[in-house]
Amino acid sequence: MAYQNIFTQVQLRGELEAGVPLGPNNDSRFGPFGTSWLMGKLGGAQIGPVYLGTLGVASLLCGFIAIEIMGLNMAASVNWDPVQFVRQFFWLSLEPPPAKYGFTFNVPLAEGGWWIAAGGFLTASILLWWARTYVRAKELGMGSHVAWAFGSAIWLYLVLGFIRPMMMGSWAEAVPFGIFPHLDWTAAFSIRYGNLFYNPFHALSIVFLYGSTMLFAMHGATILAVGRYGGEREIEQITDRGTASERAALFWRWTMGWNATMESIHRWAWWFAVLTTLTGGIGILLTGTVVDNWYLWAVQHGFALEYPATGVVDPATLPGAPQ
Amino acid sequence: MNMVNRLVAIALPALLLAGCEIGTKEQEQVGPRGTGLVLIADPDTKAKVGEIPAPPYELTAEMVAGDKAGTAYENVQVLGDTSVDEFNYLMQAMTTWVAPDGAPIKDAGCTYCHNPENMASDEKYTKVVARKMLQMTRNINASWKPHFGNQENGGVTCWTCHRGNPVPVNNWSTAKPDPATITGNKRGGNTPAPSVAYASLNSDPFTDYLAGKENIRVGGKAFPTAASNAAIQTTEKTYGLMMHMSQGLGVNCSYCHNSNNFAKWDDSRPQRVNAWYGIRMVRDINNNYITALGDVWPANGKGAYGNRRGPHGDPLKVNCATCHQGVNKPLGGYKMLKDYPTLKGAAPAPVVAAAPAAPAPAETAAVEVTKPAA
Repeated sequence: MAYQNIFTQVQLRGELEAGVPLGPNNDSRFGPFGTSWLMGKLGGAQIGPVYLGTLGVASLLCGFIAIEIMGLNMAASVNWDPVQFVRQFFWLSLEPPPAKYGFTFNVPLAEGGWWIAAGGFLTASILLWWARTYVRAKELGMGSHVAWAFGSAIWLYLVLGFIRPMMMGSWAEAVPFGIFPHLDWTAAFSIRYGNLFYNPFHALSIVFLYGSTMLFAMHGATILAVGRYGGEREIEQITDRGTASERAALFWRWTMGWNATMESIHRWAWWFAVLTTLTGGIGILLTGTVVDNWYLWAVQHGFALEYPATGVVDPATLPGAPQ
Repeated sequence: MNMVNRLVAIALPALLLAGCEIGTKEQEQVGPRGTGLVLIADPDTKAKVGEIPAPPYELTAEMVAGDKAGTAYENVQVLGDTSVDEFNYLMQAMTTWVAPDGAPIKDAGCTYCHNPENMASDEKYTKVVARKMLQMTRNINASWKPHFGNQENGGVTCWTCHRGNPVPVNNWSTAKPDPATITGNKRGGNTPAPSVAYASLNSDPFTDYLAGKENIRVGGKAFPTAASNAAIQTTEKTYGLMMHMSQGLGVNCSYCHNSNNFAKWDDSRPQRVNAWYGIRMVRDINNNYITALGDVWPANGKGAYGNRRGPHGDPLKVNCATCHQGVNKPLGGYKMLKDYPTLKGAAPAPVVAAAPAAPAPAETAAVEVTKPAA
C-alpha cells in the first residue's frame, strides 16, 4: 500500500510526555491521562496534560452558566417537556428584549433580561478564554497570533450582540440565541436593511471567507501531496534541494508562475481568516447606524445594476387607494 | 461491523435528504437574466387546481329577466333585485358549494341554513351568516376588481373558498397571547408552524396584517432618518406573512419581487400589485364581514355545527390560502362568476382620479370605509 500518512501513521506507545516544565506563577496541569487509538487517527495519540488555571476555570464556569440560561429558557418555553425540547430544539429561542426597552440593563428577566444575562456570561467566558490563549502562548514563549485571530472573531460577535445594539439604542437589534431563530434573524436583517449583498464590507468578508477556504485547500493539498517526502516536516526542509518543501514550492511556481514560501503561506492564511470577521464586523456595524438601506446606498454610489423597469407602480401612491 | 457501516452509509444520506423534493423541477424565467427571477415548481408536490362544479342548469336570459325574488319571497334582504329563477338557481348552487346533500355534516342540504317549515325564517344563525357572505361576495367582486387584474368576470363565488365545506378548510384565528413568564412562552413564534412554512418566524402574522392594518413595509431609506425604526422583529413578522403568501399561492418570492430589493416597486412584477390589493381585500373581508357578524357566531361548544371561533374567541377568518389553496390563480383562473351574474354586485362608485394602470377600488359601503393612503 502506498504511503498515506493520515492512515498509516505509526502510533507510538511509551512513557507519557508531560511537555516542557512550567515557569513560576503557573498552576499545575492535569494529566497526562493516557493514549487514544482513535484520537491518534486524527492527530496526536496522547491525551493531556491539560492546563486549566484560573482563567480556564472561570471561562468554563461562565460558559456553563450561559448555556444553562439558554437551555433552561428554551426548556421553559416548551413547558419543561423533555420530548418537545428535543423535537423542537432547532426552533427554540432565547430572544433579546423587545424594542420598547431600548438599550438598558433594567429589563425584566422574562422579557429578555435572561438574554442579557446569558449574553453577559457568554461574553465573559469568551473574553476569559481569549486571555487564556494569550497567556498560554506567552508562557510557551510563542507569539500571540492565535489570540489576535480569535480576537477578530470576538470583534464580530461583540458587534452583533453588543456594540451595534448599543449604537442603535435597542437590544431588539441583537441576535437571538437559537438555531433557526438566529438564521431567521440573518435573513430579516438583510431584508430590513435593503440587502446586505450591496454592503461592500459584507462583500469583502465573503472574499476573505471564500479566499480562506481556497487557501486552506491549496495549502492542505500541497502538504499532503508531498507527504510521501515527509512534507509535514516543513521547516527542516526549507533550504534543501529535492525535498518535499522545494517540490511544493516548484509545483506552484510552475503552475501559476509564483509560489508562497513555507512561512508566507501561513501569513496568507492568517490574514484571510482574520480579515473575514474583521471586515464582516465593520459591515454589520455600519448597517442601520450609517446606512439604512444598502441597495439604495449602492444606487446612490452607482454600483447597483439597473434593470429595465417593469412599469409597476406602488398602488399606495395612487390617489384614492385603500389603506 | 461491516453490516452496520453499510446500514449507516445508506440510512444517513437518506435521512439527510428526507426533506428534499427529488426530481426535475419546472422553471420559468420571468425577469432579466442574472437576477434569479425564475419561478421554480416541483410538479410532484404542486397543489392540484381542484374540480369546479357545473352550474345546476342553464340560466337563460328569460330566467334572469323574470319576477324579482324580493316580491315573490319574504325576508329577501340582499338578492331582492334578483329574478326568482336566478335566485333559486343560485340557492341550489350555494347548497352544492357550502353544505351539499349527503355531506357528512349535520343538516346537510337546504336545511343547513333554512328551517324547512319556514324558509324565510332567520332562526338558524347559518342563514344570517350566509346573507352577510352574499354581501361580502358582491363587495369583493364589485370593489376589489384590481385584485383580479380588472378582468371581465374575474372574481369569486362561494365555491372559491368553501369547496363543499361549511367552513373553508384554510382559515386562521388569533393566537393566544404569550404568558407573562417564560414558562410556555414561545414569543409568538419559534415553533415549527405550517402558517409560516415551518420557519421559526412569528406564527401569527395575520392578526396584525390581515385584520389589523399594521405597516407591512420594512425597507428603509438610503440613510438613517428620524423615522428609521430599529425593527428586526417587525421584519420577521412581515417575513412570516410573506412565507404564508408564498405557501398559500404555491409560488416563490420571485413571483412578485425582484430579490435585489424586495421593497422596490419599479423592479417588481405586476403580480405584486394584485397581492397589494389582495391584502386590503382580506382586511375588508375579515373586519367588515366576518368579525362584523359579532355574536352571530356561536360561542365554541354552543353551536349546532361545531366550532366557528378560535381558541381566543375570535371567529375563524380568511387569509390568502383560504381562496388560493396553494394555487396562484384559484381554480386555475377559471371564471366561475360568468355563470352567476347576480354575485357580481353593484358597479363600484366612480373612483376619483385613479391612475389608468391600476385603478383603485372605490370605498366600500361596509361598516368601516377604507381610507385613502396618506
